[in-house]
Amino acid sequence: MSVQLAMPNCWRMESKPHKFCPGCGHGIVLKALGQAIDELGIQDRAVFGCDIGCSLLAWDFFNIDTIQTHHGRTNPVITGIKRANPNVIGVAYMGDGGGYAIGSQHLVNAAARNENITAIVVNNTQYGMTGGQMAPTTLPGQKTETSPYGRDVAKTGNPTLGPEMVSAITPDGAYVARGTVSNVKQLTKFIKNALENQMNGNGFSFVEALSTCPTNWRTNATDTWKFLEKEMSQYFTVGELKAPGSQNEEGQANG
Amino acid sequence: MAEKVIQEEKRVFMTGNEVVAWGALAANAEIMYGYPITPQNEIMHYWTRLAPKNEREFLQTEDELSAGFTTNGGVMAGRRAFTATAGPGNTLMQEPISMAEAMRLPTVTIVQQRGGPSTATVIYSQQEVTLTTLGGNGEGLRVVYSTATHQELFDYTIKAFNTAWKYRFPTFVLADGYQAKMRESLVMYDPASKGIEMFPTEPFVGKEGTPGVDREPGHFRNTYNVEEELYDVLQEHFADYNKMTPEVAEYKEIGSKESKVVVIAHGVVARGAKAAVEDLRAEGFNVGFFRPVTLRPLAVPELREVANNADKILVVESANGQMDRLLKEAIYGCSAEMLSLFKPGVGITAEEIEARVREIV
Amino acid sequence: MGRAWKIALAGEGGQGVQSVAQILAEAANEQGREALYIPNFGVEQRGGVSVAYLQIGDVAIGAPKFQTADIVVALSDRAIHRTRKYVGPETVFVYDSGIEGITDDDLPDNAKKVFGIPALEVAKNELHPRVFNVIIMGAVVKATDVVPEEKVKEAIEKKLGYKFEQNPKLREMNFKAIERGAQLVAEAL
Repeated sequence: MSVQLAMPNCWRMESKPHKFCPGCGHGIVLKALGQAIDELGIQDRAVFGCDIGCSLLAWDFFNIDTIQTHHGRTNPVITGIKRANPNVIGVAYMGDGGGYAIGSQHLVNAAARNENITAIVVNNTQYGMTGGQMAPTTLPGQKTETSPYGRDVAKTGNPTLGPEMVSAITPDGAYVARGTVSNVKQLTKFIKNALENQMNGNGFSFVEALSTCPTNWRTNATDTWKFLEKEMSQYFTVGELKAPGSQNEEGQANG
Repeated sequence: MAEKVIQEEKRVFMTGNEVVAWGALAANAEIMYGYPITPQNEIMHYWTRLAPKNEREFLQTEDELSAGFTTNGGVMAGRRAFTATAGPGNTLMQEPISMAEAMRLPTVTIVQQRGGPSTATVIYSQQEVTLTTLGGNGEGLRVVYSTATHQELFDYTIKAFNTAWKYRFPTFVLADGYQAKMRESLVMYDPASKGIEMFPTEPFVGKEGTPGVDREPGHFRNTYNVEEELYDVLQEHFADYNKMTPEVAEYKEIGSKESKVVVIAHGVVARGAKAAVEDLRAEGFNVGFFRPVTLRPLAVPELREVANNADKILVVESANGQMDRLLKEAIYGCSAEMLSLFKPGVGITAEEIEARVREIV
Repeated sequence: MGRAWKIALAGEGGQGVQSVAQILAEAANEQGREALYIPNFGVEQRGGVSVAYLQIGDVAIGAPKFQTADIVVALSDRAIHRTRKYVGPETVFVYDSGIEGITDDDLPDNAKKVFGIPALEVAKNELHPRVFNVIIMGAVVKATDVVPEEKVKEAIEKKLGYKFEQNPKLREMNFKAIERGAQLVAEAL
């Protein structure tokens, strides 16, 4: 087992302790991202874009060039940068509202075009910054500020399955995975794979991270982890959905 | 981009949309992001034909939000990036433009105005003046050039890139469907041959060196925690904008400071207004002409001089008073009576303007 | 100061009035004159009456559209009705005499001169229906003198030269059409 450093090298000390609530999963996802960046040695090439929502609190999180954009618009900003300067390793970091609701057309089209960027969507099943409203990812029956009696799927549909959607609409070369903050080692590996996939020029590289929001879930530590591991992972399957070459490897293994 | 796009001056005859594509090429624009909407489509059509031959890039996005935000990304990568839009597309474009305004991003946007509100017509109007000068949830920290001829479309497309990169305010070339689709002559040239130096670009992100090691990271945001923080940032922007204003505000005029009646028009309407005024002056009428070239910022001192000297000002526009409102703010308290000839979404001929002036002199 | 010639050409979509205006504008530009051509366009551009506004002069052209034309050419009954508003006391109004069901009531009564030319008929019987608009071009050239016939032929050559290379008879037919158009106007005047 490798020694877990307290902070990745590319984290910015001056902005720590960070601004997220206690128990928030963002810090863990950003640690996984930081470690992946360190391991790949791309701190000088990375450009980090954060959305509106709690992700914006990461605007000065790293010693990495960072742009805080608009709600849902991080994918196009990072796309614009990458198209204008392909040497950059672009990371679009957003929540589930930014990724799957207000910015869904950008996610869908960036995926369909196989934009050579890395998108990370942090899924905590609701809108955190605005006070806990229902999101595309809210679980059936889950109570939020705008679904106070529980999400009624007959009226509001089923939770969006982002990686499954992205996997379905991306061509070969894309990378798609869903990790969770309850398995940082695996999440770090997925994010690293996604960044490497971009570095190899393979195309759209997408990771959803199941995350926690005890503030709006109104849960204690035990119930927070219970919700993440028992409720969320039941609906959202963790694992790699798509990776270049993986089919071949499987084929070889089977054959 | 070692090879000059336009080797020597040449007279050409083409549509305004084609002129814009050539102007952007001559200005060494490096990448265009766009989404189809009439009447600007041919800018993309010509750009996509010219770009690969000149090592330039193009991305067709999923909508104007994306076209605007990718353009923001393009300039942050340090490229002369631009987009073009119209009508409902301009409405969507206001969100990325407001980010550009907040973060002082040197974007260039070409607007080919069409009828409004809503889908209206794909043809023509001057009804995107309010949106282009003051749109978004902000304070209108933009530069807007309103062109009247194909020569100006070429000249100001080049100039827009320099204004944007020099002053770091989002810059617009505001034309219209008539200018987009009509054909007339102009002279194309390499900017350097006219002594025009392209203002150097600079990346916001992706600079040399490792952030935190060799240099400070670039942390760019448009969100502030407290009211005072925002207020202080805006004060700096206003100061920069005010300092810039006398350097960029442009106008054209004929006898506007010594005439009793002055016709004010902008863009393509100013062509008819100028022709009408010239005819009337030839007949001996005491009529002048004033045309703001920059609608934002306006040439306020000159406008006030006109409005304090003339008895009557006739504002002519293909909108229901969108420029008129800007003018009234600029000349508040001046003595001239304000009259109007408004034809929202419809072209205005020289004959109509001449007839209206005859009624009021 | 020489005023620009103001020309309005109107016909059904597909009759080729826009090409006529564009080629004339390009011919004038080649001659070093000022020209401005603007088509009407809209979401219904493929179905309705097509109008081309053309101005040719010696100084920069003013507004792209105008109220009163020096010459109006209308090639269908709908086009005649649509373009009546561009007619004033100094306007020459030309229409195709082959348009069916047109009576004096349909034609403008305030023009300087109104006359029909059998361009459709000549195209069909003597040349080819495809060069109908080229006959119209010849007619406009003769009626206005805005550009010399030779410049127009050069402009056509520039535009269609690649086709003429393959089939030199096309060149002959197009140039003939120009000449016939001019003749028709000469006869009517």
